[in-house]
Amino acid sequence: MRHYLDFEKGLAELEGKAAELRALAARNPAMDVRDEAAQLDAKSRKMLGELYATLDPWAKCQIARHPDRPRALDMIEALFDEFTPLAGDRAFAEDAAVVGGLARFQDRPVVVLGHEKGRDTRSRLTRNFGMARPEGYRKAVRLMRLADKFGLAVITLIDTPGAYPGKGAEERGQAEAIARATEACLALGQPLVSVVIGEGGSGGAVAFATANRVAMLEHAVYSVISPEGCASILWKDADKMREAAAALRLTAQDLMKLGVIDRIVPEPLGGAQRAPLEAIAETGRAVAAMLADLDGKDAAALRADRRRKYLEMGRKTLG
Amino acid sequence: MSDSGYGMNWLTDYVRPKLNSLFSRRDMPENLWRKCDNCGQMIFHRELSEALHVCSNCNHHMQISPRERFNALFDGGAWIETPLADAPADPLKFRDQKRYPDRIREARANTGEHEAMLVARGEISGLTTVAACQNFAFLAGSMGMAVGDALLAAADAAVAAKAPLVVFCAAGGARMQEGILSLMQMPRTTIAAQTVAEAGLPFVTVLTNPTTGGVTASYAMLGDVQIAEPGALICFAGPRVIEQTIGEKLPEGFQRSEYLHEHGMLDRVTHRHAMRDELAVILRMLMRAPRRITGDLPAPEAQAADAARAG
Ligand SMILES: [Zn+2]
Repeated sequence: MRHYLDFEKGLAELEGKAAELRALAARNPAMDVRDEAAQLDAKSRKMLGELYATLDPWAKCQIARHPDRPRALDMIEALFDEFTPLAGDRAFAEDAAVVGGLARFQDRPVVVLGHEKGRDTRSRLTRNFGMARPEGYRKAVRLMRLADKFGLAVITLIDTPGAYPGKGAEERGQAEAIARATEACLALGQPLVSVVIGEGGSGGAVAFATANRVAMLEHAVYSVISPEGCASILWKDADKMREAAAALRLTAQDLMKLGVIDRIVPEPLGGAQRAPLEAIAETGRAVAAMLADLDGKDAAALRADRRRKYLEMGRKTLG
Repeated sequence: MSDSGYGMNWLTDYVRPKLNSLFSRRDMPENLWRKCDNCGQMIFHRELSEALHVCSNCNHHMQISPRERFNALFDGGAWIETPLADAPADPLKFRDQKRYPDRIREARANTGEHEAMLVARGEISGLTTVAACQNFAFLAGSMGMAVGDALLAAADAAVAAKAPLVVFCAAGGARMQEGILSLMQMPRTTIAAQTVAEAGLPFVTVLTNPTTGGVTASYAMLGDVQIAEPGALICFAGPRVIEQTIGEKLPEGFQRSEYLHEHGMLDRVTHRHAMRDELAVILRMLMRAPRRITGDLPAPEAQAADAARAG
């Protein structure tokens, strides 16, 4: 069963009709529906193209949160070999919202880290919908230090609504944990590349994405605050999220113009959720290209490169 | 981030520092009273400002402007403001119910300041020190490009002067009107903290009410020593957002200075009146300077500060 977004209603009808027709034909072998179904297919394909050519920022937010989009673990499974998860912050707990460990990317041993939102109700609860607690950031710091010690590049996959606004998370100092993770990103003497694969939610994202190179999937979003949160504060009306989404300039396309990201990973027609394997393969190509970009740079050069990138940020504005 | 729930309405019932710049103490309207936001006590404005905006009745620490803070911090109330370059104006062409440039214009008119952070150099008990101070009256002290640039400039000034950097934090969070660029101030201000650390100089943060969102989750929590004023709200996610998420009331004192101190997130909770002396003691030790001369330098005089500013 395909999960349709609000703005895909017309498409859902067309595709539903085609499916119904085919089901009917399957039950009545005498019926020939091929032409009619093919016509419907062509129509829905055209509609899909039109819809995805004119997405507004709020529609992108919905796509970025789509339950069928490839998750960090899908990406890791498909793009990495010998993935060996490493757990725990050595202080309090393991945080299942953050996956990470050793793995091979195109034979090269690396540390991979990502937010994992989960795929079904149960795993979503276990993964806390990809919202890290302090332990997740502290685990990330530990793994980044491990990478530094053994000369491994770090690849991070960003997909989080943001930090977890919970009592325990605050008690255990999530602000400090985020600050230390950002600091660890900047201090890393190995290549660090990030891909925002879905939602890049505020401090929770920045803590892993302060990288040498940052890519975003074509329909991913990256923002200081959710459009709903922004709308309720600035518009005093959470229903103004469409306006807020547009004002925040959170799309990959705008962030590229602003110089915040370095690369956009193209998604298949209809978004990564329609053809996850294609999107994953494109992501792999982007990661490889970003790593190649950093080849031959020593620790000092990598740190200087990262620092320069963030210091220069803000020079490009949207005219 | 700015989902801490701090709206701009915090500004409306705050006595605007503009008054301080418009009237010298002599012609300050004698009938200007201020109500303590905690206990409701009416306090004569002049008395309050002499008490560094601490309520004489309940000890509540109210907002204080960066200029008043510097006057109280530096020996003789003398300090030199570090000039700051203009940050890009309205990089996103942001508009909510108001245009962002209009909000900035209003904030400038209300505070008489150009942006939400001021940087100064002076001496604390004879030790040259650079201080940066966030101005809550300026768009809730929110962190945008200008604040990030100011902190980077403060770090450079500290390194150039081989002096420690003290940062007084006060912010409702990120400057939402600068969108992703406000978020990018988290790494940028972290670079500022690293710059000071690499020079082997102390980086001390003073967390005041409120310190929230991306500010807490960057430089505020990267201090070699972290001191808070009593009763300050210090958090990443604000209490309102947490209550909405977990569906229960938070306990009394949750996310306040004393609570964070108990939970190991702060070194000290220090009364504003004792802050200067405490900073002097700590900074001198971290700088391996001899014990400070006992017997205090004269209390900061507003005139001296005015003279220093004019010069
Ligand atoms: Zn009071």
